[in-house]
Amino acid sequence: MYTQALNEKAPSRDANAPPEDAKMLARFQAVVDAEDKIEPNDWMPPSYRRTLQRQISQHAHSEVIGMQPEGNWLTRAPSLKRKATLLAKIQDEAGHGLYLYSAAETLGMSREEYYEQLLSGRAKYSSIFNYPTLTWADMGVIGWLVDGAAIMNQIPLCRCSYGPYARAMIRICKEESFHQRQGYEIMVTLSRGSPAQKAMAQEALNRFWWPVLMMFGPSDKESMHSADSTKWKIKRFSNDELRQKFIDATIPQGQHLGLTFPDPNLKFNDATGHWDYGEIDWSEFRRVLAGDGPCNRQRMKARQAAEANGAWVREAARAHAEKRRQRSAAAKIAAE
Amino acid sequence: MTETATPLWEVFIRSRSGLPHKHCGSVHAADATLALQAARDVYTRRGESVSLWVVPSAEIVASDPDDKGELFEPTGTKIYRHPTFYIVPDDVGHM
Ligand SMILES: [Fe+2]
Ligand SMILES: [Fe+2]
Repeated sequence: MYTQALNEKAPSRDANAPPEDAKMLARFQAVVDAEDKIEPNDWMPPSYRRTLQRQISQHAHSEVIGMQPEGNWLTRAPSLKRKATLLAKIQDEAGHGLYLYSAAETLGMSREEYYEQLLSGRAKYSSIFNYPTLTWADMGVIGWLVDGAAIMNQIPLCRCSYGPYARAMIRICKEESFHQRQGYEIMVTLSRGSPAQKAMAQEALNRFWWPVLMMFGPSDKESMHSADSTKWKIKRFSNDELRQKFIDATIPQGQHLGLTFPDPNLKFNDATGHWDYGEIDWSEFRRVLAGDGPCNRQRMKARQAAEANGAWVREAARAHAEKRRQRSAAAKIAAE
Repeated sequence: MTETATPLWEVFIRSRSGLPHKHCGSVHAADATLALQAARDVYTRRGESVSLWVVPSAEIVASDPDDKGELFEPTGTKIYRHPTFYIVPDDVGHM
């Protein structure tokens, strides 16, 4: 998902770290098992902290990078209504990134350090944002499917054991529903439009379907055990479970549009009550995650440029604040 | 070049008049004015707020979770602080 790389390798256990206090660990696990929340200053196992730092910041980075593919169509939205909607959605994604950085910072790492991890390429973000947005229909598909997949993953995260993350996810989930519905509305409009518009909708679905399925991360067979995450009540469903839920929910929506999914093996299984689907091209997934997708370099360059070009603004704001502070201090002395 | 870190502020929102301000997250900003603007942009895009507070994070004094027992448990045994501890004869009626 937005944190799909989490399964690649479990955070390494620090060999030099003192053994975790068994009594503290038991108390921590009891709180988690009771579905109580862990709060920032509570004792937590170092590996729990590292897992969350990694997962929440990856999630934040994804929200931030995720603004780029949609930003690509802002100036070319087909109407003022669509433009206002797209702008509001992109602003929400910026907000989601900021809620999440705010939650990640409570784990004792600074905003600047998290940014640095993204800008230097050390931290990952969701593979889906490394695909280009070639037509307006991509705005429909992204809202419908990318945000739809995000919702599938994020709803269980609202019950995550770490309080600040759970609270951020609740805010985010409230806003995601608008994102998915506006995307689907674009798809409805296009698929009821001219043959050319319908073809554009179909073509966008064809390009995005498989990358969207990859958002849920590697299959359970391959994914490095998320045993710790499950025990800690960070992760509540496996990648394949979430992927299946998403497919089951999405197929009828696509049928309603009169579009076809680009998977000849897609068929409803009466025995299981679920949709069977074809094999995902995991080599593509690994390639994109490793930095070699269609837009990885472009996305990173844009993010680095935004950070660099904003430096003088941050510097000026700090200088202004400092000047005001000194002036008011001088005025206080003069008054005494 | 390493930039100086931009200060962190905690954000509190009053969602409706009559309700108390409630913590909702944090923002980074150089000064109070910018912190208020950032808080408005980040946390109130859908009419979530009628009033905002921003407080420098470093200024918040919090109790230590390790002292939770010492600080808060003693009140658990003081059941005589609750009205239900006292028996009032039925025929007195509601009190
Ligand atoms: Fe989002
Ligand atoms: Fe979204």
